[in-house]
Formats: sequence, C-alpha cells, structure tokens
Amino acid sequence: MYDVIIIGGGVSGAASARELSRYKAKICLLEKCEDVCCGTSKANSAIVHAGYDAVNGSLMAKLNVRGNNLMEQLSKDLDFPFKRIGSLVVCRSEDGIYELEKLLENGKKNGVKGLKILNQQEAREMEPNISDDVVAALYAPTAGIVCPFNLNIALAENAYENGVEFRFNTEVQEIKKNGDIFDVYTNRGIYQTRYIVNAAGVYADKFHNMVSGNKIHITARSGEYCLLDRKAGKHVNRTIFSLPGKYGKGILVTPTVHGNLLLGPTAHDISDKEATNTTRESLDEVVKKAGLNVKNLPIREVITSFTGLRAHEDKHEFIIGEVEDCKGFIDCAGIESPGLTSAPAIGEMVADILKDLMGLELKENFKATRKGILDPMELSVEERKELIKRNPAYGNIICRCESITEGQILDAIHRALGAKSLDGVKRRTRAGMGRCQAGFCSPRTMEILARELNIPMSEITKSGGESRLILGKNKDKL
Amino acid sequence: MKAYDIVVIGGGPAGLAAATSAKENGCDSILILERDKELGGILNQCIHNGFGLHTFKEELTGPEYAGGFIDRVNELEIEYKLNTMVMDISRDKVITAMNSEDGLFEIQAKAIILCMGCRERARGALNIPGYRPAGIFSAGTAQRLVNMEGYLPGREVVILGSGDIGLIMARRMTLEGAKVKLVAELMPYSGGLKRNIVQCLDDFGIPLKLSHTVVDIDGKERLKGVTIAAVDENGRPIHGTEEYISCDTLLLSVGLIPENELSNGLGIEMDKVTNGPAVNESLETSLEGVFACGNVLHVHDLVDYVSEEAKIAGENAVRYVSGQYAESTEKLVNIVPENGVRYTVPKFIRTENMPENLTVRFRVGGVVKDCYISTYFDDICVMRKKRPVVAPGEMEEVKIARDLLNQNPDLKQITIRIEKE
Repeated sequence: MYDVIIIGGGVSGAASARELSRYKAKICLLEKCEDVCCGTSKANSAIVHAGYDAVNGSLMAKLNVRGNNLMEQLSKDLDFPFKRIGSLVVCRSEDGIYELEKLLENGKKNGVKGLKILNQQEAREMEPNISDDVVAALYAPTAGIVCPFNLNIALAENAYENGVEFRFNTEVQEIKKNGDIFDVYTNRGIYQTRYIVNAAGVYADKFHNMVSGNKIHITARSGEYCLLDRKAGKHVNRTIFSLPGKYGKGILVTPTVHGNLLLGPTAHDISDKEATNTTRESLDEVVKKAGLNVKNLPIREVITSFTGLRAHEDKHEFIIGEVEDCKGFIDCAGIESPGLTSAPAIGEMVADILKDLMGLELKENFKATRKGILDPMELSVEERKELIKRNPAYGNIICRCESITEGQILDAIHRALGAKSLDGVKRRTRAGMGRCQAGFCSPRTMEILARELNIPMSEITKSGGESRLILGKNKDKL
Repeated sequence: MKAYDIVVIGGGPAGLAAATSAKENGCDSILILERDKELGGILNQCIHNGFGLHTFKEELTGPEYAGGFIDRVNELEIEYKLNTMVMDISRDKVITAMNSEDGLFEIQAKAIILCMGCRERARGALNIPGYRPAGIFSAGTAQRLVNMEGYLPGREVVILGSGDIGLIMARRMTLEGAKVKLVAELMPYSGGLKRNIVQCLDDFGIPLKLSHTVVDIDGKERLKGVTIAAVDENGRPIHGTEEYISCDTLLLSVGLIPENELSNGLGIEMDKVTNGPAVNESLETSLEGVFACGNVLHVHDLVDYVSEEAKIAGENAVRYVSGQYAESTEKLVNIVPENGVRYTVPKFIRTENMPENLTVRFRVGGVVKDCYISTYFDDICVMRKKRPVVAPGEMEEVKIARDLLNQNPDLKQITIRIEKE
C-alpha cells in the first residue's frame, strides 16, 4: 500500500515526486515507458518563459512566473544546465506594437520583471540577425533556456534518492476506488494507494475521466521542430518569438542550452496521441515562418527534426488540484506551455495540496541536492588530466561530435534510474546528439550498454519496447 | 611537451600512405595519431574486394589493402598511438590529444598532415519526414555492425542513396540473409561506381529506382515501412507517385562529408564545394606546414587515389620540414572549375613549387556523354581529353606538366571545363 502513486514520469510527475519526497510518505511513480522524460517533456522548445503572455490571474500565469523564479536555484541544487539569456517578441507591423504593449502590461500584472519595449534600432543592436521587417520588440530579460531532459532526469533522480520508488514499463490501465483506497491496475499488477497524482500528459484526461463525472478533454497538439548544428548556434543570442496567436506562442528561433539553434514549433491538433511523426508540410512551415523573424537562417545546418505533443486542455489552463467528485485524486493536467517553466512550481503546488490533505510531516534527512553527470569539458586541463588518471574511461571518447567519453556513459548507465537504451544514454550525456546523429557512436554505445547491463546486443533498444537495433546474426536464416 | 617533425592526424588509408611516404623520403620523426583501436580506418570494415588494382596491381579486400600499408608502417618503425582522439590543433602546431593511457597531452609538430577522412550524412541532414524508430542506419554504421561484429541490423531492407557504401551494403545484406527490396536514388543517375551497380545490384536482381526518394517513415518503435515517391527535376516529390514499401530497416547512403572539425578549429581556408581545405599544388592548406590528403580533402571514389595523393602530401611535408620548400611566393596561378566541373584539387599553383607533373582531380556535376575535358591556360585551350562519359560518381583528373607551365610565364589562370564536341 502506497500513500501516493504518481502516474507519469514526465517533468510534472518528476517535479511532484521530488517535492513530495520532502515529506514522510510512501510514494511510487508509475511510468509506461522505459525511462523518465519520454513524452511531452522530451520534445519541446526548452524555454523558461518570462511569463508575460499567460492571462493575468490564471494559474498558468502564477506558476509560470513562480517557476521562472525557482529555476535558477533549482538548476544549481540539481546540477542541470540553465541559462537566463532573455527573449524578444518581435513584431513586423506598426499595428503589432499595440499588441506588444498589451503583453507588457499583462506581464507587469503577472509580476514579470524588467520588461521593455525596444524600437527597431535597439532590437537590431541586440539581435543583428532579426528580420529587416521587425519594427519593435518586447524584451524580457528573465526568460531563459534549459536542458529539458536533464531537468526532468535530475528531478527524478533526486526524488529517487529521497525514497520515491519508480516503476518503469508500467502502464496504468484502470483505476478503481474502494472506499478510501485506489486500486491501480497496470500491465504489471495492481497497486494500492490512498492518493493519486495524475501527471499523465496527453493521457491525463483518460485517467481523470476514469474517476470523475466532470469530464475533461485533452487534445494532442503537435509541434514540429528543426534542430541546427552548433555552427549555427550563435545566429541569435536570445529566444526570438512571434506575437502569440490562437494556437500559442508561434514559431520561435532560439539557441539551445547546449549551443545548437532550434526552430519551431508548428501547432496542429491531431487525433492520435502517439503521432510524433514529422511531415513535409510542417517542416517547410517551420523553415518558412522562422525565416520571417530571423534572416539568413543557415537551414543547411539542420541535423535533425522532431515532433513534440502538447497536452492541450480545451480551456487552455492548467488543471491542478483534487478532483471534486473523487477525493484523493489530484489532477496535474493540461500542462502545456509554459509547463516546462512551471514544473518547479507545479511540483511545489502538488506537494502543498497533498501535505494539507494528508497532514504530511517533513523528513529530517531530505537531500535537496543532486550531482549531474560530470562533463570533463567544464574542467581545467589539469583537472581533466587528474580525472583520466583516476578513471581512464574519461580518456576514451565515444561520441566524437559532442566529445562524450566512456566515463560519462558509464556514469549515465550506473547512476540512480540509469540509462537502459541508446536514447537514455543520449538524453543523459548528449552522446549521439551531434551532427552525425549517432552514426559513429551508436555501435560503440550499444557495446557499452550490452557489457554493463550484461545483456546481449540483440536486447539493446533505441528507446525501450520493440525498438531493438539488432534483429539477428549474419546468415542465421540461411 | 613531446615534439615530432611530422604528425599525421588519422591512421586510415591517407594517414598510412602519408606517413610511409614521409619516412621513405627521409624523415625519421613521425607520429600517427589514430582514434580507433587499430590502424586502417574505414578499410577495416570494407571486407569486399576491388581495392588496390592501381596501387598493388591485384584485387584486394579493404583489410588486405590496409594491411599492406600497416606492414610497411611497422617495417619502417613509424610511431603511432591508437585509441587516441585529437581534441584540438593550434595555429602554432601544438596538438592536444587524449587517450585512456596518457590522459590529455600535447605534442609540438613542425608539419601536420590532416588525414581525418569523412563521415556519412545522416537522416537529419536530409530532413526526411516521418517517425524516428529504430532501424534507420547510415550504410557505414550497418556495415560496421555486420562486417566487424557479425550482427544483422535488419531483415527487410530499403536503401536510400546509391553511393558506393549503399551499393556494397545492398550486396552484403543479401549475402547475410536479408532481403533488400530496392535502392532509391534522388538523382537521375547513381552516385556510385558503375562496377558496383553491376556487381552489387544487377547481379542480385535488386531494383535501382532513379529519381526516387523516401518521403515518409512509418513505425513508432521499430521501422515498419517507408513511403517512396518519384521526384521532379528539382528533386521535389511528385504527388500521386507514392508507394509504401514494408521494411524493418532503412539504410542511408546519401553522401559523405569530409571530417573537418579540426581544420575549422585551425581557422584554415575551406572550399565550399568539397567541404575540405583549399590546398595548393603541394596539398598544403592556407596554414603553412599543414597538409591535407584523402577524404578529409575531398571525397574520393577509389582508395588507390587516396594513397597516391597521400604519398605526395607526405613528400611535401618532408620538403617543408627540411627547408627545401619555396616559401610564400608572388606567383600564383588559380585553377578554376567551370562548365560542369564542380571543383578542383588543388585550387592554385605556386609556380616555384610546381612538381614535374601535377595531377588535378575533380568531380563533375552531372552525367555527360561523348565529351571533352578541356584545360585552358587563360583563354587558350592547351589540352583536350576525350571521354565517352563522365559522371558525378567517378573522379576525373588532368595532368599538367611543369614544362607546359614554364612555357607560359604570364599565365594567370587555368580553367578546366567539360565540353561537348
């Protein structure tokens, strides 16, 4: 019997787990995939939004600004990459200036600091590559960029270290309530719990609707992106947004925290909640619209493209709280942009709700910090020499594009909630994320995974499930 | 800091030939740095034959071809370090490298020969839409898994791109028991050698669909199939020609990119067409004493030409370190590609250092039948070579004699063109 079961190991689930792990409670997180950060949390703009566009008075606005405020300290405590680089919302017509002013006013009401409208010249001085058509911009110095994988993974690792149990490849199929107890039916047996946190991303409506008569509806809204080589990473210095529209914040151009350039996302509502495919039309749209705000985009430097799914609730508002007609069931639903930014605040809010409901007491031995995977590139030459002497695996480069060593990959595999697949290694270390997109390092990383996990090569997957990379041996069917 | 006269970056075919040539030309202080666990580079996974017809006058496999050079390196007692990644090269020729044994270390070189080879273009660079399942490999990655490790990455295969590695892998996958359903090629002609189309596709009844590409990828975990479509003359898919091919594996053989991260770090001048360094007649880059050869300079069709080129780079590096080299010079003759010629290596000639016979290599932009390769000295055509056909998949060359150059002391520019009769 658990006190709390969290459904979903995305950033909201992991943040909730981490904040709840401050308290004396028996907590388990159920994740249907083989790793945390496998759904919405792994494919998004990786932006820490300032918080000027969420409607004043909304939960989105409140948690966005709070999340932004918390992110910097959290990035230090949990050792994940975050940079406060600022953002510009640009407009290309005089009419748009009025919209910028509205955003500025809304932002001020939301408590966003430092907002400022820039004229054409000021904007151009800040960002020489913005389009010649840009007439003005809203500058938000508090906006930032984050590594979405390591934010999510760091929260999960820290929760684990503080006693939260994790069950992977465990898909919730049904939830039944017996008195004060929930029976959670999964593909791996029945779990019993007093409280549930529903952080199931695009599937949060499914679980909510299992227990509540007040139905909610979440649409998967796909967003396609193009990622450009590091060579293009300095094309802009800040995140460049369009004016927000009906389907969200529009197509942005941003440096990533690892020095690439990211373009996207599109916004198309889709019926299949697993449809993370890209389409020719949408990729063309990304390139075309990104080019409206930023000139001379080096599109030839594209190294990959991908689709993320937003969990868009019909009312476009976060739904966080106990379900009225099902006590003990806490929703954490409709978490779309600015969900990543808000994650630290979402975790706080979920933990506060449960603390009050359950009368939780703080643990004495909560450990608030976590060490990330050591990046030798951040060490001095002398320190690196010392490191390789202590552990020669740090002298062996596996991923040449990103200069990732065997030492880092071993750390990724053997640490808490360690990597089990190529993508697991990739998201933790960046091995395979560079310009050759794992052409060089994948056989080497597969060998390391097989050796360290003591499984045959044929069991190594790209990302769990049926995503096996090797289907047989030479001539085995001849 | 250790110091060597010549440091060779990369122990593949170019590096091996450059190092042996340097030693044979009298340099005793040579070091090869190789990132893999053995010398030989990509040849080690090229277990098919067809190598060495020019160099060794017999048909060898890749490992045999490399073996000949590795034996020579050992006979000549040339030093090398394996499992060693070069991290950085400075403009004053200090090389920072790393391995598990020595850790992070620096080496001072008098001359450097860049021999880093090339890498395969990945799916991402093509921006092929669809899902991102397991089962999509570059042809070279699959070749490594099959030939070096004995693993079959898939059983039903579609290959995109008819570059030589793709063609070779069509045959290899078939021989290992997989079904290769087809090879799709975006261009109206193959990017590979004619002999590979015959020996790897035709002999096994594997269809080659020219002017076709992959327009969608299906399968959420493992690849289930791809959609191919015909393309128009601009390479854009033609609506209505889509065809779904079920398969569990997609191999990509869609181009090779010289691996010039270190060259870029050095700040040397690059050629936009080859993606390799711009070099002079001595295969020297814009940074004096830094030479380049093999696929890092421009992607070759045959390894024999890599060896030939690397031999020249080795000789010139020795001339450089022993001071027999005419330094910066006034007299420059540019070599300009025109009319179907995409680039030339070298890009310019310093007449003082002109060898007795200079081989200028290049590739053409399209298939042309019954044509001439014409060489112009300024406005005058000095050489015409009849060719029944030229194609982008095969390198072409012209040889320019020093005597001819000396007869034209006012020459400013050499132009190479493809001309119809």
